[in-house]
Amino acid sequence: MQAETTHAPTPSAPNPAPEFKRPEAPDDQAKAGQGLAVAVHNVHRSFGDVKALNDLTIEVPEGRITVLLGPNGAGKTTAIRTITGALAPHEGHVRVFGLDPIVEGENVRSRCGIVSAKPALYDRLSGWHNLEYAAELYEVHDDQEAKIRSAAARFGIEHALDQPVGGFSTGMKTRLALARSVLHEPELLLFDEPTSGLDPESAQAVLSLIREMTANGSTVVMCTHHLAEAEGLADRIVMLEAGRDLIAGEPAHLTERYWPQATLTMTAEEENSLEPARNLPGVLSFTDQSPTTAELKLDDFVRVPDLVAALTAEGVRLTSVEPFQPSLEDLYFAVRKEARDNNEIGEIQEQGVAQ
Amino acid sequence: MNWHHVRTVAKTDLRQLIGAKDFWIPMAILGSMFFLVIPAVLLVSITSLGEVEAVAQISQAIEVLPSTAQEQIVGDTSAGRTSYALAVFLFAPVAIVVPLTISTAVGSSTIVGERERGTGEFLAHSPAGAKEIYMGKLLASFVPGYATTLVGFGAYSLLVNTVVGPEVGGWFFPTAQWWALMLWVMPPFLALTLSLVLRLSGRVKSTAAAHQASGLVTLPLIGVAYSQSTGALFGAGVSSLWIGLVAWVIALVSLNRGMKSISRGRLLGVAIDT
Repeated sequence: MQAETTHAPTPSAPNPAPEFKRPEAPDDQAKAGQGLAVAVHNVHRSFGDVKALNDLTIEVPEGRITVLLGPNGAGKTTAIRTITGALAPHEGHVRVFGLDPIVEGENVRSRCGIVSAKPALYDRLSGWHNLEYAAELYEVHDDQEAKIRSAAARFGIEHALDQPVGGFSTGMKTRLALARSVLHEPELLLFDEPTSGLDPESAQAVLSLIREMTANGSTVVMCTHHLAEAEGLADRIVMLEAGRDLIAGEPAHLTERYWPQATLTMTAEEENSLEPARNLPGVLSFTDQSPTTAELKLDDFVRVPDLVAALTAEGVRLTSVEPFQPSLEDLYFAVRKEARDNNEIGEIQEQGVAQ
Repeated sequence: MNWHHVRTVAKTDLRQLIGAKDFWIPMAILGSMFFLVIPAVLLVSITSLGEVEAVAQISQAIEVLPSTAQEQIVGDTSAGRTSYALAVFLFAPVAIVVPLTISTAVGSSTIVGERERGTGEFLAHSPAGAKEIYMGKLLASFVPGYATTLVGFGAYSLLVNTVVGPEVGGWFFPTAQWWALMLWVMPPFLALTLSLVLRLSGRVKSTAAAHQASGLVTLPLIGVAYSQSTGALFGAGVSSLWIGLVAWVIALVSLNRGMKSISRGRLLGVAIDT
């Protein structure tokens, strides 16, 4: 498991105490007055004896990209299905733009655009007819032809609209599915692993397009288990494990909670020559990683230039000074490790979970 | 019920069928075999053989028909009367077997097929209601069978009038009972069968299983439809109306139950196990 091999510095006890359980109140953005596009509260959904969603809570602020992050079987797809009302929760409640998708399903679904893990296209139909089908179901009657062409052009698939979709490459299918999802100009876009099966270049292009979509105010919910995809894209992440939300918030805030102190790694030419750093101003902790390398926690990164100057004055020949910027991957494994340490993951998994 | 959604689902399914040569070529062959080739061979043989022993023996078989049916038979010669009886009474089941076979083939895979191809996900998340999807799929299954039958019926009428007409004093087909059969009796039997087949299609796990299960369901229904349609042709006009009326009532009840049985979960495949 990557969790055990990651070299990220051990997170400090988050400050304040780690919010391992979901927040009871809406997140910071919602508190700041921004509305919630989606509110999933304490939802349970089982398939037979298998619990797919187990007290799941997700809050999605309007106009932002929220990434549902979790391993396969974490419940991401089932969460999306409950948001559109395709599946009814057994317990808890879901609201999309304040509406219950089970009661007002047509209204909710007509405001959503979906791209599922499989593009869900009709292979025997042409690209045009696939888009036309969606346009009719979503009742895009005004300027339908122009809107189909415009959506196809936006994702660079207009040249292939006359061809049967069965002959499309995976990348072309994904682009067509994306075009279909925006055809009716939805307020909420739900992408379930949209880069599944794509080569890195196509995946990057798709992620760029998703980023562009929020420019016009659309809200995006994207599921992925690829941490690199979420990095830089997510305004907000919700980490799922076994049908339950482990943690939610803005990536920067979460990493700040887990790594509240500035951390850097220093390497010197001579062994044990970094010892003087232990007592320099601003150094909160000093840990030897090897005879020539040490990890330092500082009260602030602004201390670094003075620190380097002081060590150099002491005759220490530094070969590298690397500030640690925790990535989403570091955060992901830190959260999972903590959950495992608290027996939360084991507890959830024992209850039996599927997608 | 949003009929725009119903029409859209039906239109798209039909569009896919039209593009599937591997479906409509066998369908056309089946229709032409039942409506043209077999009747043509039989009727041309009888009318061209004339007054021979074999025709006389078949002619005697007419006597076992109900009196109401016998009264309808016209023709001065045994060949003419025999070919008239065959044309009007023998081929009634064709009008039932062909549409039921074709529509069942389409309908049995319609929902499970969406699930297998993954397109059920798109439909499940779409604004179309489950009932609208069900009705759209039912229409898309109904139309190929019924359209083939109507086209076949037209071709059959032309054949019968051309081959048998000169023997019985001119064009005589379709008779009033055939009109009633085609427009009043057969459609509810088709709708009833499809309402059951679509329910099965939503419940089974694969297209192959859907074909097997729908075969089991439709065989007895074909038997019932066969006997009732034959009875409608044999009887006076009123009997067709009653048979059709009862069939419509049963079909509408079954359609209503069918609509309630289809959920979005079934399109996604998750409701099977829950």
